[in-house]
This record gives sequence, C-alpha cells and structure tokens, in this order.
Amino acid sequence: MELTGAEIVCESLLKEGADVVFGLPGGAVLPLYGALSKYPGVRHILVRHEQAAAMAADGYARATGKVGVCIATSGPGATNLVTGIAAAQMDSVPMVAITGQVPRPYIGRDAFQETDVTGVTLPITKHNMLVMDVKDVAQAIHDAFHIARTGRPGPVLVDIPRDVLLGDKTEFVWPTETKLPGYKIPGEAPEDQVAAAAELINKAENPLIMAGHGVLISHSYGLMTEIAEKAQIPVITTLLGISSIPSDHELNLGMSGMHGMAYSNLAIDEADLIIGLGMRFDDRVTGRISDFAPNAKFVHIDIDASEIGKNVETSVGMVGDLKAVLTQMLPKIEANVHIDWLRRIDELKAQHPSHVVRESDELLPQYVLQRLTETTQGRGIVVTGVGQHQMWAAQHCKFTDPNTFITSGGLGTMGFEVPAALGAQVGRPDTVVWSVCGDGGFQMTMCDIATAVESGADVKFAILNNTNLGMVHQLQDVFFEKDFMASEFSANPDFVKIAEAYGIRGIRVTKKDEVVDAVQQAMETAGPVIVDFMVKQDEIVFPFIPSGQSVNEMLEEPAPKETT
Amino acid sequence: MAQLNNTQQHTLIAMVEDKPGVLTRVASMFRRRGFNIASLAVGSSEQPGISRMTFVVNGDEYTVGQVAKQLDKLIDVLEVADITSERIVTREIALIKVKTTQVTRGEIIQIVNLFRANIIDVGSESMVIEITGEEDKINALHNLLAPFGVIEMLRSGLVAMVRGEANGLPNENGNANGQVNGHS
Repeated sequence: MELTGAEIVCESLLKEGADVVFGLPGGAVLPLYGALSKYPGVRHILVRHEQAAAMAADGYARATGKVGVCIATSGPGATNLVTGIAAAQMDSVPMVAITGQVPRPYIGRDAFQETDVTGVTLPITKHNMLVMDVKDVAQAIHDAFHIARTGRPGPVLVDIPRDVLLGDKTEFVWPTETKLPGYKIPGEAPEDQVAAAAELINKAENPLIMAGHGVLISHSYGLMTEIAEKAQIPVITTLLGISSIPSDHELNLGMSGMHGMAYSNLAIDEADLIIGLGMRFDDRVTGRISDFAPNAKFVHIDIDASEIGKNVETSVGMVGDLKAVLTQMLPKIEANVHIDWLRRIDELKAQHPSHVVRESDELLPQYVLQRLTETTQGRGIVVTGVGQHQMWAAQHCKFTDPNTFITSGGLGTMGFEVPAALGAQVGRPDTVVWSVCGDGGFQMTMCDIATAVESGADVKFAILNNTNLGMVHQLQDVFFEKDFMASEFSANPDFVKIAEAYGIRGIRVTKKDEVVDAVQQAMETAGPVIVDFMVKQDEIVFPFIPSGQSVNEMLEEPAPKETT
Repeated sequence: MAQLNNTQQHTLIAMVEDKPGVLTRVASMFRRRGFNIASLAVGSSEQPGISRMTFVVNGDEYTVGQVAKQLDKLIDVLEVADITSERIVTREIALIKVKTTQVTRGEIIQIVNLFRANIIDVGSESMVIEITGEEDKINALHNLLAPFGVIEMLRSGLVAMVRGEANGLPNENGNANGQVNGHS
C-alpha cells in the first residue's frame, strides 16, 4: 500500500491505538489534516490554542494511562505547545507531539513560520526527532510511542516537514521493532538489593512509605497497599501520588511537604525508614534537605537511575520497574503491626488536625471543596491548576480510585485545569470530571471552554474565585510585608456570563448554604457547567513550610475549630 | 545531596549513535544540569554508525555520577562508563605554533626531538610542532616553548582507552567503578 507521509502518520496512529488527538491546523501541518479527514478512527479535537492541545493530551494520558497525542503546525503552533510539553516532562506523562515543519528546502532559511522546534524542545522532551524522509515516518512514530510510554514516561516530539507529509508516496510498512539501540527499560532489581531493602523494612520500627506518581504510572497501587497492610506501614503520598491509595484507607496519611498535612510532616521527622516509591524527593516534598527525615534511612525505588541518590542518600537504591520490584519484595516483607508507631501517628493526627476546616460564616474555599467531595462521594476525577486551590484540593478532596487526581505538579502550570480536564473527560467519558480552577488560571485557558462544548466534554468547572492570584497573594502577605503588587484583579469578568456566552450553564455561589445545591445542579446538568464560587479573598493555605525551610518552621492554622 | 567527596578529574566514555544532533543533546544536557566539561573528544569507533566520546569532567563523585546517569538517559547514548579508576591509556594531540628566529631555531628543534614531537611546518619566523602524549607531556612541552613565544596552540582533548589484560590476567582494578547500565 503506497501512502503519503501524512497517511502514514494516520495509519501509525491507528496502529498505536491513538484514537483521539488534540490539535489545531496550520500551513505546514495541513497535509496531515488532509489525511486525518480520511481516518475517522482517529478522532480529532480542535482546540482554540495549541497550549490546550498539549495540556488536553496530558489530561487524557493521565486519566487513561494511554499516550496523549497533540498536533500543531510549525512556528507559533509548535512553540505554543511548549508549556504543555514541559509540564508533561516534569510529571512523567506519556505524550507524543506531532508538529508540521516548513518544507525541507526551506529549513534553516528563517522561512515563514519556521522554528527549530526540535532545538526548542530538546531539554523538555524525553526525546525528539526531525523526520527528513518519508520512509522513516512509520519508524519515527512507532519509536516515539514506545519511548513515550515505557520506562519513565515522557513527551516525545516528532517534527515532520510539510513536503515529507505531502510528497512522494512510499510503501507503508509497520515496523516490527524499535530502532533504539541506546534505550533500555529497567525491569526487576537485583535480588541482593531487594533482600537488603526487605531487611531494612522488616527491622524498621517507624517506617513510612512515600508514594509518588510512579505508583500510579506502573499500576503498583494494589501491590503497594498490600505491602503497607501486611507490615502496617503508613503511606504518605506526594502531590502526584494522591489517589494511589484511597483517601479513607486507615494507613493513608495524605500528602506531606510544603502544604502537606502537619502530621505527615511530623511523622517523617520521627520516621526511622522512608520507603520512596516512584517519587523523586523534590524540594516541595523535602524542604531543606539537611533537615528532612533526620532519623531515617532511605529505601528508594525508581525506574530512572538518575533519581537514585540525586536528592537524598539512600541505604538501598533500586533502579527498576516499581511493579516488578514490589512483586519481588512482597514475599520478603514480614507481617508486622507497628502498634507504637501507629499509636504515635494517631496522636500526631489528634494534635495537628490539618484536615479539619475551621468554623466560619464566610465562604471558605476549603469548605467548598469539602462539600464538593462529599457530594461526589470521592468518585470521578478532580483536575486542578496551580496555586492555593490546588493545595486545598490536594488536602480536602477525597479519592477512591487510582488516577483520579490530575494536577500540574513539577512545572506548576497555571491554566492547566481547563484543557487537562477536558482531555481527561474525553478519555473517560463515563466519568464525572471536576475542574477545580483558580480565577487566575481559568482566565489563562478559558478560551478552550469552547473546545469542551464543541467536543461534548462534560466538565464541571468549579472556580474558587478570590479575585486574586491567591498563592502569590499569600506569599506577599507572609514574606513581602503585604505588598500585593500585581496579584489582585480589579476587573475579573462575570464567569456566569462567560458560561452563557459559550451556551452553557453558569451558577454563582456566594453563601455556604448554596454550595451543595450548586454542585448537585452542575452534576444534573448535561454538558459543561461553570460554578463561580465567590470565596473568602485573603485565605491562607495551612500548613505551610516556607520554601527552603524544614518541618521545624512549619506554620499551622491558628486555633482550629471543628466544623460539622 | 548525596556524599560530596573531593573534586577529582574523571574520564568518562560514552558510545553514542552517529546521528545529527547527538552532540547538541549531550552539550545541552551538560549545560542544563550545570556540569562543566573540561575536555571532550568525539570520533568514530570500531562499530559502524557508533561514535565514541571521551569526556574529562571535574567534580566530586556525586556530580560525576549524575553526569554519567544523565548521559545514559539520553536515548542516543548506548553506553556510559567512568573509567577513571581503571588502568587506562590516555592521549592528546596538540599543535603548537611557536615563534622562531635564526638564534632560537636550533634550540627549539632540540627540545622537539627530546619530546619525540614532530615539526610539521617551518616558516621563516615560526614553526608548527605536533605532539602526541599524555596531558602532562604536552603541558611540559608547552611550558618549555612558552619563552620563545607561542603564537597559536590547539589541543584535541583527551582520548582514553582501557588497557588490555596484562599477561592474560584479568584487570586487577576490575570493572567495578562507574559502569552505568540501565535506562529510563
């Protein structure tokens, strides 16, 4: 079968099981769109800004575990993908970005809409390639998907010049194997390391598991919970590890770190063994590294060799596929009860109830999220942007199933909440997706509400609207003598009218007793809904370990009172 | 951070696919991670389609360990080894253009002969000298020629290779240090 480069891309997408792609056409990539129209098996979702294509592909990938695909044209189309690609790289999300490039004879001549996108994305992709021959297209797409989804997942960009997409036809031969001699995927860990780790775990008196994104990526949540239960080891999750163990599991201590639960951070301080699973001890988790878990030894398992020993010195550092390594480890872990340790943790929980929302007549953002998560009963997917609303969602939303909390962790990308939620909903059409938004982030990407409407993505947008850049405002409040330079909006749009302009329902909530009703109404309404929660403006996220400090400098909410 | 030992000069070897852009990927990784390359030499290897890079990197064990792991993470990099503690032979080539006069020419030729270096070009007021050897030898020659006036100098960067087994016996230093396998 003789096909053009563009047709080969489409055939390859089908072979890779990519039935949804997010994109926006332009001159250089137009031949691909000419082919896409003949491939109804690949559903194309037209975004309003290429940034949304990358972020929607990200949300899609995290919600489904499949590779998210985005498409953009050369030049500005490709550069608009950059933030979304960088976010996927930081959070190890499998993504393939396909960009059109100017025709081969024009490359390097500063042609119209020419950008060296493989150069631009070199440090923010797992790999990228410029395909200069139509005969290489199938292999490139095949390799790109393989690299994106295996090992430590990440984004791969494939740049294809217009004349390669359009030009000579060639026989379509789907490659049977990858052409990547330098690419090795870790599997099991050496037995002696597994034995050494098991011995440390069996001997530990105050052990903690720290579960990262890798637990979700490798589908190790069941195994991890089994090990935790067998040896009665409490589990702390990183921001991206949330939903790797149900929120109401008795061993789940919630998130730790800068805005983590006080008792989680204090438990880390007292732990004698930290078992890091598929996580990277980043600075938001550890604070000042020299004061992090001062009494603990570290067992660290990660699929990325460069993460072992990067931030903490490990007693046993294992490079491997987490699921394979935990499978090796499970029979070596002895049953344990850790009565004293669990009792101590209960004590810390009682003394530092960071998960409790204080009583207030005002509409507190934490209260909104608590009611929201109660109303949805911890089912469905929560997607957030970055900032205060993100931290409150991480603290107060409840999760039952894996991969139901989707957030931009490493890069911390504002505006992620709108396109990522729509991508997640497209990937999991039977699931309720709540996009918890800040009013700042929402305005960065709200143009893609149109995309949600057009694609029938049933996303419920909950804007925690404090009419300012909340996290910036908080930092200015605490560290910059309340100099609120450039963090307060004086002319936010009317988000209910924005909803109406897009032909969808908008609900404004200003009082506590309206919250549950609004959430229910949103869920009962077919299609996207925007709920504008006018929350208290100057609320601070507690607990709070200032950047670069330790648990000893942790700020907790003054005199918390229980709410009903 | 993991242990910060004393800074030492490390010699790393990487086998990489001979493709456009590989050098950029390697250089970009060094820049992005804040590592410094003291010297880098690239050339073809015994295997077609595969190039061999020799790096000299100054750093403590932690830093150099990270360099090796980050290098190995690049898809186009097939294999990385830190051969610092192995029995290795290293060579560098340098070309030195030195000022000459009728008075100094003889003395310079004597020095060149002493070092078993070669004179590859003679002009009326200068000479180009080629020297191959270990770093110290090249430094020594350069120091001796400096008083005559070095007009230009270029050094190729260090290349290194692990020695063969002596008398058929295994290398006593083994292969324990720095071999980095696995990829992600």
